[in-house]
Amino acid sequence: MRSAWIILSAVALSACSSKDSDRTTLTVATVNNGDMVRLREISNEFEKSHPTIRLKWVVLEENVLRQRVTTDIAIRGGQYDVVTIGPYEVPVWARQKWLASLDDMDPSYKVDDLLAPVRAAVSYDGHQYAAPFNGEGTITMYRTDLFRKAGLTMPEKPSWSFLLQAAAKLHHPQEGVYGLCLRGKAGWGENMAVILTMAHSYGGRLFDEQWHPQFDKPEWQKTIATYVDGLRKWGPPGAVGNGFNENLAMFAQGKCAIWFDSTVAAPFLSDPKTSKVASDTGFAAAPDEGLGRSANWLWTWALAVPASSHKTAAAKEFIRWAAGPDYAQLVARRYGWLAVPPGTRKSLYDNPAYRRAAPFAAITLKAINAADPASPSVRPVPYVGVQYAAIPEFQGIGTEVGQQFAAAVAGQVSPADALAEAQAATGRQMTAAGYHK
Amino acid sequence: MRARNTSSIVVTALAWCAALTVAFPLLWALLTSFKTELEAASFPPQFLRFAWTLDNYRVVMADGDYFASLRNSLVIAGGSSALALLLGVPAAWAMAFAPTARTRGTLLWMLSTKMLPPVGVLIPVYLFYRDWGLLDSAFGVALLLAAGNLPIAVWMLFSNFRDVPAEILEAARIDGASMLQELVIVLAPMALPGLASTFFLIFTLAWNEAFWTLNLTSVDAAPLTAFIAAFSSPQGLFWARLSAASMLSIAPVLVIGWFCQRQLVRGLTFGAVK
Amino acid sequence: MTAAAISTGSGRTYLTLRARLMIAPAVGLLLAISILPLTATLWFSVIDYRLLTPGSSRFVGLANYGRLFTDAAFLPALLNSIILVVLVLAISILGGLALALLIEGAKVGRGALRLLVISPFFVMPPVSALLWKNLLMQPVAGFFAWIAAIFGMAPLDWFARIPLVSISIIVAWQWLPFACLILLTSLQSFDREQREAAQLDGASAFAIFRHLVLPHLARPIAIVVMMETIFLLSLFAEIFVTTGGGPASSNLAFLVYSEAMLRYDVGAASAAGVVAVLFANLLAFFLVRAVGRSLDV
Repeated sequence: MRSAWIILSAVALSACSSKDSDRTTLTVATVNNGDMVRLREISNEFEKSHPTIRLKWVVLEENVLRQRVTTDIAIRGGQYDVVTIGPYEVPVWARQKWLASLDDMDPSYKVDDLLAPVRAAVSYDGHQYAAPFNGEGTITMYRTDLFRKAGLTMPEKPSWSFLLQAAAKLHHPQEGVYGLCLRGKAGWGENMAVILTMAHSYGGRLFDEQWHPQFDKPEWQKTIATYVDGLRKWGPPGAVGNGFNENLAMFAQGKCAIWFDSTVAAPFLSDPKTSKVASDTGFAAAPDEGLGRSANWLWTWALAVPASSHKTAAAKEFIRWAAGPDYAQLVARRYGWLAVPPGTRKSLYDNPAYRRAAPFAAITLKAINAADPASPSVRPVPYVGVQYAAIPEFQGIGTEVGQQFAAAVAGQVSPADALAEAQAATGRQMTAAGYHK
Repeated sequence: MRARNTSSIVVTALAWCAALTVAFPLLWALLTSFKTELEAASFPPQFLRFAWTLDNYRVVMADGDYFASLRNSLVIAGGSSALALLLGVPAAWAMAFAPTARTRGTLLWMLSTKMLPPVGVLIPVYLFYRDWGLLDSAFGVALLLAAGNLPIAVWMLFSNFRDVPAEILEAARIDGASMLQELVIVLAPMALPGLASTFFLIFTLAWNEAFWTLNLTSVDAAPLTAFIAAFSSPQGLFWARLSAASMLSIAPVLVIGWFCQRQLVRGLTFGAVK
Repeated sequence: MTAAAISTGSGRTYLTLRARLMIAPAVGLLLAISILPLTATLWFSVIDYRLLTPGSSRFVGLANYGRLFTDAAFLPALLNSIILVVLVLAISILGGLALALLIEGAKVGRGALRLLVISPFFVMPPVSALLWKNLLMQPVAGFFAWIAAIFGMAPLDWFARIPLVSISIIVAWQWLPFACLILLTSLQSFDREQREAAQLDGASAFAIFRHLVLPHLARPIAIVVMMETIFLLSLFAEIFVTTGGGPASSNLAFLVYSEAMLRYDVGAASAAGVVAVLFANLLAFFLVRAVGRSLDV
C-alpha cells in the first residue's frame, strides 16, 4: 500500500515537473507607455506561435521601473528575464558586464535595418547590448494658426533666439495662451534633459576631458539666461511643476504657442481625440543656434537580457519577435499604422503606408538622424549622450543641478547662484566618485 | 428644547459640509474616472455636463492583471493585518491591564523600530529576501508589513483597552472567569470598536503601502499598488484612466470599511452593560 | 477607575509573568525584523558601496557621514523635516478633532459621514499627491485656479511659492482620517452619564469640552502625535512626485531616497538612514517629554 503511494506520488511529481520544464516563463519588465502596453496586448500572438514560452509582465512607471530593474540587476536578484532600458543604462551596465550581448541574434532580426544613431546608442565597445523597441528625437512644435495671426513664419531650422522672439509676440496670458512651454520640473530626465541639450547646442559641455564641470563657462551662462528668462517671461505659471506630460496636456488644450520637446508628443498632438488643436499643430526642427550642434537628443526604449539570466535563448527569441522588422506589420494590422513604435528602423520610414498615416514621420526621422550622442558638443568630451551623460553619477548630479535650475525659474535663487551651486555640487560628487585623481 | 434641536441641526449641517469638503478631491477623481482623457485635462473644469463614459474602467479591467492584483492585495493586507492583530492584542492587553515599569519603554521601543526610513534599508532587505527565496512572495511582503504595522496596532489597542472600565473585568475575574473567557466574553465586545478601527486602519495602511509592495514583488505577488503604478504617468494623457484604476483599488477597502463600520456602531451599546 | 488601578497581592507576580509571555511574540517579531536591517545599515554606512560600480567597495570609516554633514542640502533638509511634521500634525489633529466633534454631534447619516471623512485614507499616497498637484493645485488648469478665477484673483503657484506648505496640506489631508478615526473612537467611549450630569448642573458646552472632553482625549491625541510623527519623518514619495526635491522642499528621508535610488550610493544612503534614526529618536525624546504624561503609562 505504502509503496503504491510512493510510486503514485513520484509519477505525479515527475509529471508536474516535466510539464514545467517543457515551458519557459519569461518575466518581462517594461515601461508603461502606449507602445509597450500594445506590445503586451499583442504578445498573445507570440505565445501562440511559441507554445513553449510563457510571458509574464511587469509594467511600471518609468522612474519606478528604473529603480526596480537597476536594483535587481545590480544585486543579481534574478527577477527579470527581459528588461526595458535606454541608452543611459547601456554603457553603464555593459561596462559592469550585467547585460548579455545581442551580437548573435538570428539574421531575421535584420540588425542593419536599424537607424544608425539608434544602433550606436545601444552598443558599447562595438557590441550590441539592447534591441531598440521605439526611438525618439526632439522637435519644435508650434501653433500654425497663432503664427499666421501674428504674421510670423517658422523657419525649417529655427534658432533659440528666433523662438524667444516669437514667444514674446505670442504670449497672451489674458487669453490663456503662453508663448513658450518647456520642461521645468526638477529631475535628471525632466528639466535637465532639455537644459543639457540646450547647453550642448550653445557650444557648451557638461565636463571637460578631465571631468571638471563646466557650469562656470559663458556657454552655460547663456543657456541658463535663455532658459530662465524664457520660462519666467513667456512661460505658463507653475512652470516648475511641468514635466513632459503636463506640457503635453497644456499644448493639447491650446495653451502653448511653442513647445520644444520629444517627438513622442507628435502622435498625441496630431490626433483630434487627444488634442484640441490637432489641425493647427505644426512641426519644425529642433533649434540650432548655429554654433555647431543642434538641440537634437536621442532616446530609445530597448529590450535587453540580464547576463545572469538562465533563459537567454528564449529571451532573445522574444526580443527578435518584438523588436524585429515584422512587428510593425502586426501592430498596423491590429491598431493602425499610427500606433507602430516609431524611430528604430529604416524599413518603417521607407514604407509608404506609414508615411501616409503619420504626417510627422519625415520630421521624426530627420530629428533622430540629426542626433549625435557620441559627440554631443563641438568641443571634445569624455562622455556620451546629449540630454544625459552616460555615467552612473549622472542621475544624482542631474537631479541636484536640475533642482537648482528649477529654483531659479521659481525665483528662489538667481541664475548666477544656481550655476555656482551646480558647479560646486557637481565637483563634489565627481571628486567623491573618484573621477579627479 | 428648541435650542437643542437648532444646535443639532446646525452641527449636522456643518458636519456634512466639512465631510464633503474633505472628501472632495476623491469625489473629483471619481468624476474624472468617467470622462474622456481630453475632457479630464480640460479647463474650466466640467462638473456634470460632459460625455460620461465607462471606457476607462473597461480598459483598466481588461488589463488582465486587475483580479490577480486584487487577490494579492487582499492576501497581503488581510494576512499582515491578521498577524499584526494576533500578536498585538495580547501585547496590548498585557500593557494595558498589567503594566510594569518597563511598559512605557517597551511601547516607545516598538515605535522606534519605525524610525529607519524603509528606503534606506532596501538593499539589505532585498539581499536577505533574495537569499531566502522570499522575493516576489506574498508571505514575504506580508511579514514585513505585519512588522511595520505591529507598533501601530499595539499603540491603538493599548489606547482602546485603557478606555475599558476595570470594574467589569474585576467583576468577571471574581466571578471565576478564566483569562480566555475574560478576553473573549467580557473584553472583546467592549473593545470591539477599537479592534474594528485598528484592523481597518492597519488594513488600509497595508493596502496602500507603496514601497515594499513595489520593490519586493514582480509578477506573482504584485498587489494593486503595482497595478496602479502601471497607470501612473505614462507618456500622454492619463488622468481618467488613473482615476478609474484608483477607484477600482479603493472599492474593496470601502466595502471592508463599511463592514467594520457596523462593528463600530454596534460597539456603542456597551452603555447597556451598566 | 481604569485598569491601571488594579493591584492584587500575590496575583501580581502571576499577572506579570503572564503579561510578559503575552508581549513576547510581538516583541520577538519586531526584534527579528528590525535588528537585521539596522545592523546591515550600520555596516553599510561605513563602507563605500555604490551599486553601479560594485567592484570598488572598501571601508571608509566616517567618510559617508562627513560628506552628509558638509552637504549644503543637509541642514535645510533637517529643518524641513521638522517644519513638515509640525505643519501636518497641526492641520491633521485640529482638523481631525473638529471633524470628530462634528460627526459625534451630527444626527443624520453618521455612517456615511464617517465614510466620507475616512475616504482620503484609501487613496495611495503617490496617487493622491499626483491628484492634488495636477487636478487641484495646477495654476493653469487646476480646480483651485478655477475658484480663484471666479473670485477674480490670480491663481497661486503652490509649488513654486509655498512648496513645503503645499506638501503639508496634501499629507495632512491623507492623515486627517487617521486622527479623526482615533479621536472619534475615543469620543464614543466617553462616559455619557458624566456629560449629562454636567449639563444638568448647568455647564456650558464649551466648559464641558474644555474640562471633561479634552482631558479624556489627551491620551488619543498623544498617541496620534507620536504615531504620525514617526510616519511623517519617513515621508518622501509625495515630495518626489510634486517638486522633485530641491532645497525648499527636501527632507531627511528624501535625502536618503536620493542617495539610495538616484545615486545608488548604498553607503551614503545608509549613513543618512542612521542619522535619520538618531534624529527621530531625538525628536521622540522631546515629544515624550511634552505629551508623554498623557500616555497614561
